[in-house]
Amino acid sequence: MSEYQNIYTRVQVRGPVEAGVPLPPEDLPRLGKPGFSNLIGYIGNAQLGPIYLGYLGTLSLVLGLGGFQIIGWNMLASVNWDLAQFVRQLFWLSLDPPPPSYGLGIPPLNDGGWYMIAGFMITASILLWWVRTYRRAIQLGMGTHVAWAFASAIWLFLVLGFFRPLLMGSWGEAVPFGIFSHLDWTAAFSIRYGNLFYNPFHALSIVFLYGSAVLFAMHGATILAVSRVGGDREIEQITDRGTASERAGLFWRWTMGFNATMESIHRWAWWFAVLTTLTGGIGILLTGTVVDNWYLWAVKHNFAPMYPAVWPAGGDPAAALATGAAQ
Amino acid sequence: MKDFGYGFGRPIFVFLLVLSTGLLWYAALDTEQVQRGYRGTAMQLVTNKNIQADLIKANVVPEALEPIGEEDLVGEKASEIYENVQVLGDLDDARFNRIMAAITEWVSPEQGCAYCHNLENMAEDNYQKVVSRRMFQMTQTINEKWTSHVQNVGVTCYTCHRGNPVPENIWFTVPTERPHILRMDNRGEQNVAGVEANAYSDLPRDPFTPFLLQDKPIRVSGTEALPHGNRSSIKQTEWTWALMMHMSTSLGVNCTYCHNTRNFANWENAPPSRAVAWHGIRMTRNLNQEYLEPLQPVYPPKRLGTLNDAPKANCATCHNGVYKPLYGANMVKDYLHSLAPSAVGKEGGLSTPVGQEINPVPSQDAPYKPKFVPPGQANLKGGAPKVAGEKAIGPKAALTTEPIVKAN
Repeated sequence: MSEYQNIYTRVQVRGPVEAGVPLPPEDLPRLGKPGFSNLIGYIGNAQLGPIYLGYLGTLSLVLGLGGFQIIGWNMLASVNWDLAQFVRQLFWLSLDPPPPSYGLGIPPLNDGGWYMIAGFMITASILLWWVRTYRRAIQLGMGTHVAWAFASAIWLFLVLGFFRPLLMGSWGEAVPFGIFSHLDWTAAFSIRYGNLFYNPFHALSIVFLYGSAVLFAMHGATILAVSRVGGDREIEQITDRGTASERAGLFWRWTMGFNATMESIHRWAWWFAVLTTLTGGIGILLTGTVVDNWYLWAVKHNFAPMYPAVWPAGGDPAAALATGAAQ
Repeated sequence: MKDFGYGFGRPIFVFLLVLSTGLLWYAALDTEQVQRGYRGTAMQLVTNKNIQADLIKANVVPEALEPIGEEDLVGEKASEIYENVQVLGDLDDARFNRIMAAITEWVSPEQGCAYCHNLENMAEDNYQKVVSRRMFQMTQTINEKWTSHVQNVGVTCYTCHRGNPVPENIWFTVPTERPHILRMDNRGEQNVAGVEANAYSDLPRDPFTPFLLQDKPIRVSGTEALPHGNRSSIKQTEWTWALMMHMSTSLGVNCTYCHNTRNFANWENAPPSRAVAWHGIRMTRNLNQEYLEPLQPVYPPKRLGTLNDAPKANCATCHNGVYKPLYGANMVKDYLHSLAPSAVGKEGGLSTPVGQEINPVPSQDAPYKPKFVPPGQANLKGGAPKVAGEKAIGPKAALTTEPIVKAN
């Protein structure tokens, strides 16, 4: 028992290989001969396989890999099929959306067309994978919490690459596929719309993102800390509260006055994670469509203070020129 | 219950803690910061002592040649003595020879007079001579018409040339690639590693052609809270950003030198240096359009770019990594007759260097040591450049500003 107190896994549970419940006749069979891996046992269950792919999973993988390939081949082509340069410049390479001049039209392949195809394939892949998480949960008699949490992330993904470009009337607003290029897009997005930090939905998203990290740290630490008294058996502790649950609750009640329960902490975690991308997506969707400069919006609504001017009031030379010309 | 062993966890944790703290401490050793805005706005100029030490060495001002007093004047104009003196013909022969000696030292110290002149026939026009004649006119224009940017410091040949016949920092237009419609290798003029023009970023690699040669709009941010017809795209924003990265690296400053980065577009909280830079963009565009690109037919092919375009100027051409070229040293005052003739004998203007240093200027012998500049204090009187407040200067000086520092 005592080994569970550590911050890394020292005990591997090994039993007979578990095949899982029988599948209905209309489903494809599970793939792969199950076995044990010592290495993955360090980070989780040591049993590897079998995996259920089915039609949805197979199609999702094919589309996802296809989109990934298109991105990769475009990157490789842009360095003239030079593998050494592909490795050297990998972080700079990118498959970019079409120029804004095409609007919502269909761009030529070499000018954003490949991007549209890759984007479509990856989107389809993700949506199919979502259906898969939903259907597997139903089949196992579970709730569909995982699917809905995943849906929240997909919401942000679709806002970035589909809903917002649609509302802005240009596929060119979508995020490029590339390491530095998508980061540049993010920063340029903030610069263009007057600093995204003044977007309250962006602020909420950050609260939930950082909050998720704090909650995860608190919960993980608490359970590890009481695992010496059986706290790792969270499900049993929910329905039949034992000394681990008592201690865990008392610890937080004593340190901060309030404590979650063995069950409610998981609702905290689920909502924080789900709300991160949900609020983030709302913030992105409003940017450019409803608000053009978040800083000015924040000043207007007394959300941000104005600092005292410490420099001589120089003002905009272009505006001064325009005034001068008018006179 | 007895095993309280921490295994490898504790030593690894302690090691990482010490390592990260040490790295942070080490990185902070060489860095200095100067506050340049209201407290809490993170408007700091960050400098690195080691980089500054190299820059100071690279920006030593050459000593001025022996001045020409009234008693030294020959009394004859250069055009009366020599043939084919088109720009400097009105100079007294003594002053003419002095600027010829100076330009040799500034531009072709190794090649000597023969870099521009046929020593058999000094009057003959070769391409170097035609270019340098135009460069004299350009220098005069900068010093006389663009004081909105160069202020009381001005420029000489040395500002850009630094002893090189061709200045180190010049640029050419990057050709736009249009691959076949089915091909995958369209990089969209960006996403290239190792490009100095955009500070080695992933941004568009030639921000100069649209903004410093052409007149494409630089401003992208919305000027009102709600949508008001501003259709600037994210891609367009990346072009502007690339230009800004060039300005930042050319001047050795971070964004807050010119912007309050809480809102880049906002002018109310922006340091006056932003207006100076604004004029600088117009100046550079004007020089490229009026002086540098039109020289294209004059150059031999080896001096031209891949599109057979003439070498052009950007911020780095003069600034060479320093926020004010040569740390704001005024070299023109010793060569007014040749490089800023209209300022000769005038009160103010270029003949009177005014202490308008926005930043501490490192002296050549003392180590660079920025001082804390509290905003709203007396030092701002000398610290903030009077953009155009006290005197209408330059062609675009119609600014209505008060050089008043509001108390915080």
